Amino acid sequence: MKFNLKVWRQKNANTAGKLVDYTIDQINEDMSFLEMVDVLNDNLVRKGEDPIAFDHDCREGICGMCSMYISGRAHGPQHGATTCQLYMRKFKDGDTIYVEPWRARAFPIVKDLVVDRGAFDRIIAAGGFVSANTGQAQDANNLPVNKDDAEKAMDAAACIGCGACVAACKNASAMLFVSAKVSHLALLPQGEPERNRRALAMVAQMDAEGFGNCTNTGACEAECPKEIKLVNIARLNREYANAAFASETQI
Amino acid sequence: MATLDSKIPEGPLDEKWSSYKEHAKLVNPANKRRLEVIVVGTGLAGASAAASLAELGYKVKTFCFQDSPRRAHSIAAQGGINSAKNYKNDGDSVHRLFYDTIKGGDFRAREANVYRLAEVSVNIIDQCVAQGVPFAREYGGMLDNRSFGGAQVSRTFYARGQTGQQLLLGAYQALERQIGLGNVTQYSRHEMVDVVTIDGKARGIIAKDLKTGKLERHFGHAVLLCTGGYGNVFFLSTNAMGSNVTAAWKAYKKGACFANPCYTQIHPTCIPVTGDYQSKLTLMSESLRNDGRVWVPKSAEDAKAIREGKKGPLDIKEEDRDYYLERKYPSFGNLCPRDIASRAAKEACDDGRGVGKTGLAVYLDFADAINRLGVDVVKARYGELFPMYQNITNQDPLKTPMMIYPAVHYTMGGLWVDYELMTSVQGLYALGEANFSDHGANRLGASALMQGLADGYFVIPYTIGNYLSGDIFTKPIDLNHPAFVEAENAAQERMQKLMSIKGKRTVDDFHKALGKIMWEYCGMARSAEGLTKARKMIQDLRKEFWSDVAVPGEINDFNPELDKAMRVADFLEQGELMVVDALNRNESCGGHYRVEFQDQGEAKRDDEQYAYVAAWEFTGVDAEPILNKEELKYENIKLQVRSYK
Repeated sequence: MKFNLKVWRQKNANTAGKLVDYTIDQINEDMSFLEMVDVLNDNLVRKGEDPIAFDHDCREGICGMCSMYISGRAHGPQHGATTCQLYMRKFKDGDTIYVEPWRARAFPIVKDLVVDRGAFDRIIAAGGFVSANTGQAQDANNLPVNKDDAEKAMDAAACIGCGACVAACKNASAMLFVSAKVSHLALLPQGEPERNRRALAMVAQMDAEGFGNCTNTGACEAECPKEIKLVNIARLNREYANAAFASETQI
Repeated sequence: MATLDSKIPEGPLDEKWSSYKEHAKLVNPANKRRLEVIVVGTGLAGASAAASLAELGYKVKTFCFQDSPRRAHSIAAQGGINSAKNYKNDGDSVHRLFYDTIKGGDFRAREANVYRLAEVSVNIIDQCVAQGVPFAREYGGMLDNRSFGGAQVSRTFYARGQTGQQLLLGAYQALERQIGLGNVTQYSRHEMVDVVTIDGKARGIIAKDLKTGKLERHFGHAVLLCTGGYGNVFFLSTNAMGSNVTAAWKAYKKGACFANPCYTQIHPTCIPVTGDYQSKLTLMSESLRNDGRVWVPKSAEDAKAIREGKKGPLDIKEEDRDYYLERKYPSFGNLCPRDIASRAAKEACDDGRGVGKTGLAVYLDFADAINRLGVDVVKARYGELFPMYQNITNQDPLKTPMMIYPAVHYTMGGLWVDYELMTSVQGLYALGEANFSDHGANRLGASALMQGLADGYFVIPYTIGNYLSGDIFTKPIDLNHPAFVEAENAAQERMQKLMSIKGKRTVDDFHKALGKIMWEYCGMARSAEGLTKARKMIQDLRKEFWSDVAVPGEINDFNPELDKAMRVADFLEQGELMVVDALNRNESCGGHYRVEFQDQGEAKRDDEQYAYVAAWEFTGVDAEPILNKEELKYENIKLQVRSYK
């Protein structure tokens, strides 16, 4: 297979970037998208050029590191898959493919397709946890958990923190990411004591990081590689309203 | 020669850990605030250790090469975590988990460490549940279990096919909480490039800020390496692309012994290799062997027809199939340990009965399970795994059997540590996969997560105090101390050397060449002849690397190719040590299989001569390493032939 690629190249956050054209052929349909970029980079290195910088690590769709905006879609055209799990058989021979980084004020560009997603870590640090120091736990079966709740919590906890939701959102909102963590912990009895604090603190940090607001467009849900549902955002709104207006919790 | 004192406490096996804890020295809270601990790596071991130590009051710094601590490769573990809870009432106990783990490791692990691991396994589940880890549950609200290889009880806790992810997020959230509280400083996109030792003690590290390419000096009263395994020496493995041996290797070069490097785990259920462009191999969880049946055609003719596309798996009649694991190992069947299942797959393929285009694959068939349980139950049980397989291979495992083949997955060898997890360098610790201590020559499924979290949550918080209590008067050492300057200069020179070669071959070229040598001669079957040849080949390749590698870009910039080159340079040294170790061990045990030492295809151990840990000591890159031996004394169990028949 042969492709025309238009790839965003940008030296760092302080310089302007631009789309650069590359053509590549002899691509096997069983290659992943990242393996195709590997081949392209290999060609560039052999020519003495600077290879395209991109984030990747596990290459099995779970670490959340890979992050390419491919022909106008976060992680490319395949629903429910990260870039590393996107295979070239999803494209047609001769296609022109645009490759860009995640674009959001809260995700500054490091180089080429690499962005800084530290804002997500800081949101978790603000309240995305259960305060249970090592050694304090009671027996794991002392507190039964409704199976359906556990399943729903797991659905939300499946978020890999890749940032596709932010990249896909026209407002660059992080609501799907934040709501997934708030939901995961709010659905479990272990998360109960801190549920108000958690919702308030995480939303406050999200705002401080410069993410946009949610206007219920649903692009995040459509592009999430782990199919995190919009219902989590509804749950976050409920959690936040409860905490802000119906409780005395302050952060 | 290094002196290896394993510091195993006196007393009966089941009282050693409690007795240790009762007698270990403590550090009072005011002093903890003054003691700084560096944790390198933020996977299960690193994140759990960093969070727990910060909760105790130590000042902690954490480092990871990824853009966030949540991305460490522990996240990819699928199947589950073992614990001797006996919630199933099926006869499990701490002693049984201990025994299964020792036996699974082919009697090459340290008794006292493994017993402690089994003991604290019950606390791990409690801790994780308290953090909100959404383990699978039954309708009554209680935790569910499943069975895993090498055990006859159900003791594996799981969160769909994403157990590692959920456990890591639990530890990561605990770590982030401590970061938010100001007790931990986190350095993402930072790679440790050397450990700094002063007067024989670990006193800090040199880290490379991967965004800017600049080297930094960091002081610590103690340094914890939680940097995972070295499976990527094979290039193709189930490890993440960035997983590397560099931190452990630098520690080795600074005096820490490297133990049993030849013990590598080849996992039986991975998606087969399809082409040269391939960058990694994907694991299909061992839990699939609960319901999947492994087979190849009985006749080589049928297998040939399948390879040529003239027949499909469904054309092979039941009586013409060889369910070889069930045939050879009737009592454990498809759930025999990984090393045995992998070797059996290799034998079947060597026998000309492999399937797939390359002939390097066997079937994992769910047809029986689907008939017995229905499609929905099977689908629910394996969550993400079936769609993942289908996405990669373009085949539906509900309709046609999966094709699998063994791939490098885990390394049991690692830095030698004593009972306190300290390496042979004072104040330098190794936790999780980075150390050698608990899995012997083969690790059982669902035991890696258990060990990483045991080390981080429940072992190091107790053992580090025993060391740091003697260090409370040490003030933070000036970063201009000659040891820091020297280590930084050496790392800078190495980087400059790599940049200046401007050769013709890419880093990946060399890495792939090394991987091929390792897989061919130091993989599933090893021989003295092959290993001797491999050693020479690695030495030659290393020379070529240092004269012909091409590293583009700039030194003081975000330069992933340079980072990769630095890691491959270390693999080119470490691969040779693996070969040396494999050559030294004239026996077959667990993941180490020497063709000269077998009994009709079954591994033949030599307990008389090799019941020891081989702890290698560095003497120079092109010099012979020194072999130190730690005799393994079994006081509570009897060494026996490991049979799963």
